Amino acid sequence: MTGVDASSLVSPPPSQRSAGRNLHRFANPGRFLRISGAVLPWLAVSAVALIAVGLIWGLFFAPADWQQGDAVRIIYIHVPAAWLASGGYMALAVCSVLSLVWRHPLADLAAAEISPVGAGFTALCLATGSLWGKPMWGAWWVWDARLTSVLVLFFLYIGHVALVRAFDDPVRGYRAGAILALIGVVNLPIIKFSVDWWNTLHQPATIKFTGAPTMFVGMLWPLMICLLGYTLAFVAIVVARTRAAVMERRIRGLLMARAAEDTAA
Amino acid sequence: MTHLPFIVASYALGLLIPGAYGIAAYVRMRGARVRLAAIDPRQHRSAR
Repeated sequence: MTGVDASSLVSPPPSQRSAGRNLHRFANPGRFLRISGAVLPWLAVSAVALIAVGLIWGLFFAPADWQQGDAVRIIYIHVPAAWLASGGYMALAVCSVLSLVWRHPLADLAAAEISPVGAGFTALCLATGSLWGKPMWGAWWVWDARLTSVLVLFFLYIGHVALVRAFDDPVRGYRAGAILALIGVVNLPIIKFSVDWWNTLHQPATIKFTGAPTMFVGMLWPLMICLLGYTLAFVAIVVARTRAAVMERRIRGLLMARAAEDTAA
Repeated sequence: MTHLPFIVASYALGLLIPGAYGIAAYVRMRGARVRLAAIDPRQHRSAR
């Protein structure tokens, strides 16, 4: 196991126990495997059920928009994908802080597993935005502030994926990826406020934390269900990938220990 | 539906991309579990 202390698979180093003690309770990979193994089936089933309900409601029962017609139904895919593109990057940044500050053993693995999934959801956001833009704006793509900043987010995800895998020593890859992820956080408020700061073709936010949504309730409900369903799906995928990464790391450790024993004997 | 191809394409992508990630994650997790069970001495101890 290159650059990874095998003891980190069991418990954090003693020097780190005082700082972030509560966080490290959840950093034990054995405990993570146990808890995630119990939670994962419920996450996956809830996600599939909510997505099915939300999409069927949005496609067949929600009303069409008076201006956009049925094309507005793309919102039930596009908005959850956009939310998860930004939310996923926020989760990546949190893992990066945990990794850089507290050397959280699971944070590195989780960050490396979040970025490919985040890239997929950002690509989904861009693709559905394009499919929505063509009938509404008459163009597949415009160099609008919102679209461009989301494209930059996609490149940040791809950069993180590439950087983490670019080093022979995985720990150096995780550190470099964490720094890139934290630098890229500056893009999140740009995405959020791009429609307010610049005159964009993209419409302003219809759902705000600070005020009532400017959306008909018959459209809002399926959208909320899709948002929750896709969020649970994102979490389930990341948890499953992180479980796999923890087990793969343990396999590498055992194989290397066995090889060392064979060499000594 | 006037924009049916765009809507169908969006819904197809909305199911295919997360679905592909989900299936790939499940296959990878199951493979890792099987390989780990084959070599981890702790698994053998708990099985006895």
